[in-house]
Amino acid sequence: MLENYIKERLKSKEILLMTHIVMGYPSFDDSMAMVEQMVEAGVDLMELQIPFSEPMADGPVILGANQKALDRGARVERCFEFAQEAAARFDIPFLFMTYYNILFKYGVENFAARMAAIGLKGAIVPDLPPEEGKDYIAAMEKEGLCPIHIFSPTTTDQRMAYLSSQTQGFVYCMARKGVTGKETQFASDLGEYLARCRKMTELPLAVGFGVKDRSDVEFLKGKADIAVVGSQTIRVVDEEGIMAAGQFVKNLA
Amino acid sequence: MIDRGYYGTFGGAFVPEILTVTFDELEAEFRKLKKDPGFWQEYSDLMASYSCRPTPLTYAENLTHYFQGAKIYIKREDLNHTGAHKANNVMGQGLLVKRMGKTRVIAETGAGQHGVATATMAAKFGFDCTIYMGEVDVKRQRPNVFWMEQMGATVVPVTDGTRILKDAINEAFRDWVSHMDTTHYVLGTACGPHPFPEMVSYFQSIIGKEARKQILETESRLPTRVYACVGGGSNAMGIFSGFPDDGVECVGVEAAGHGLSSGKHASRLCADDASVGVAQGYKTYFLQDSDGQMKETHSIAAGLDYVGVSPILSQMHDQGKARFEAATDVEVIEALKLTMVKEGIIPALESAHAFAQAFKEAPTLSKDDIIIINQSGRGDKDIFTIADAIGDPSWKQFIMEKAGEYHA
Ligand SMILES: Cc1ncc(COP(=O)(O)O)c(C=O)c1O
Repeated sequence: MLENYIKERLKSKEILLMTHIVMGYPSFDDSMAMVEQMVEAGVDLMELQIPFSEPMADGPVILGANQKALDRGARVERCFEFAQEAAARFDIPFLFMTYYNILFKYGVENFAARMAAIGLKGAIVPDLPPEEGKDYIAAMEKEGLCPIHIFSPTTTDQRMAYLSSQTQGFVYCMARKGVTGKETQFASDLGEYLARCRKMTELPLAVGFGVKDRSDVEFLKGKADIAVVGSQTIRVVDEEGIMAAGQFVKNLA
Repeated sequence: MIDRGYYGTFGGAFVPEILTVTFDELEAEFRKLKKDPGFWQEYSDLMASYSCRPTPLTYAENLTHYFQGAKIYIKREDLNHTGAHKANNVMGQGLLVKRMGKTRVIAETGAGQHGVATATMAAKFGFDCTIYMGEVDVKRQRPNVFWMEQMGATVVPVTDGTRILKDAINEAFRDWVSHMDTTHYVLGTACGPHPFPEMVSYFQSIIGKEARKQILETESRLPTRVYACVGGGSNAMGIFSGFPDDGVECVGVEAAGHGLSSGKHASRLCADDASVGVAQGYKTYFLQDSDGQMKETHSIAAGLDYVGVSPILSQMHDQGKARFEAATDVEVIEALKLTMVKEGIIPALESAHAFAQAFKEAPTLSKDDIIIINQSGRGDKDIFTIADAIGDPSWKQFIMEKAGEYHA
């Protein structure tokens, strides 16, 4: 179980690290090289994004990566093959992150079954609130997979409790409003919000949106269980090349 | 959210968590407004004093004689302030924004009509205003960009994706998730997450209410058919809602672009390459590939050049409550030319789709039949595109001379 894995790891680490890549960006070979380096550098979990043409919740960096991956011909089938290889080669939990239409077109039940068959552990689908995702949650449950839902700073206590009841593995807490990849203030507001999240769920907390360096990760220690680094990895790789991914991750912890 | 806005299996509210509270609030305010017995009067008074409502229902006598079939009437949404039906929705949402106490509005625009209407409303009500517009549309609807900016709006050209309407919608959502405390997103058509399809259709229903009353006053009977172009579906919903009767056939006309089998079109309800999907916050027919990636669309009319369609129209389509057809770019230009010379009326390229289909059908109907064409907007904004399509040499000459003056 993903939750057990996280809790087990937290016995030897103050905070875990989850990174995010867009499959097929800059290419599938490069994506695999990034996974390899990041796993070696010690990441604890990884989000593999299946690119989508309308990534509404993503900012310019991840949006651009989605588009370029699609322009270069990234198909859903190829993403499944990629994820299968990653999950077989590396001994950390891999999750899918994508938008609902990708699952919907594939067929939600088939999608979940395929995920289970290739050894993925869960999924984050930011445009699928649990009210719209009953079939999805049921299909994930049936396959022993974790549907991961999102808390945001505007989410009420009551709704946090509801979202938590629909979630397995861990809860993903957006550090702030807005889209991925923009600046986040790691300050006392965030601390208070995370304390509220903590109160409303027993599940481990992951925090993402704007986490970009060691001091951000440092800030989250004791307040959350997993720091999620997304856009910054892509930025680093864009600027310094694929081989910079490992060192970047090492510098975070 | 109390109600998730389903129309059969279409619609819903596939919104990111950060907007849940915003949508709850929007829905609650909209419910309050709809129940307020004084609201519709306040709204129609505003539309009367600011936007020439009720717009006329014009008898197109020359076109009627020309086709020798059904009696043709035109509902003149082009005579709204800012030149399109978009004003109806925008002023309605503007009143809602005032009630919500927000100070900034954002909008997407394709043809620029919704953007101009929103900029107008923002100027009148004193809101800050940002308009997102695909880079392709900025080029083909330049006059509207000019007016938006003159009215104080910031126009942001969107360079992502296919650089047209859907991409502008994504960008508006990205703005909204960052600024929802102060900002309302004035969605321009009967699409997107609940309550937008219902809300936009509600404000646009002013078209159908008037048209029904007007035709009954002049002809003492209902029309046989009502025609409207369909981009997202707001003008169609507006006029169709006035004629829910069994005897009136509602005909929605989509953009066939270069032809339905060309791959270059924007027809979601008539073409084989559309299928049900979920994007931009709602479930409907989308032009998408087998992976669920949205396709590039094409229409000569920027306002119809969109991958999705109102979930309410998708349900009407599946239930057979409306008929959907498609008109090609070429047919549209022909219909536009004919309307100009016969009636002295200049439909927008979007609206001309409805004219094109009505012209195909009018001769097959009898003289006892009445049809109404919804002229959603006026064609002035399209002067560059229409001049190119017609190939008018003196206009080209004028543009070259004008460019020369700027060089000098
Ligand atoms: C004049 C005009 N008609 C029609 C449309 C299409 O929108 P809808 O289908 O929502 O009426 C537009 C959109 O920009 C427009 O400007």
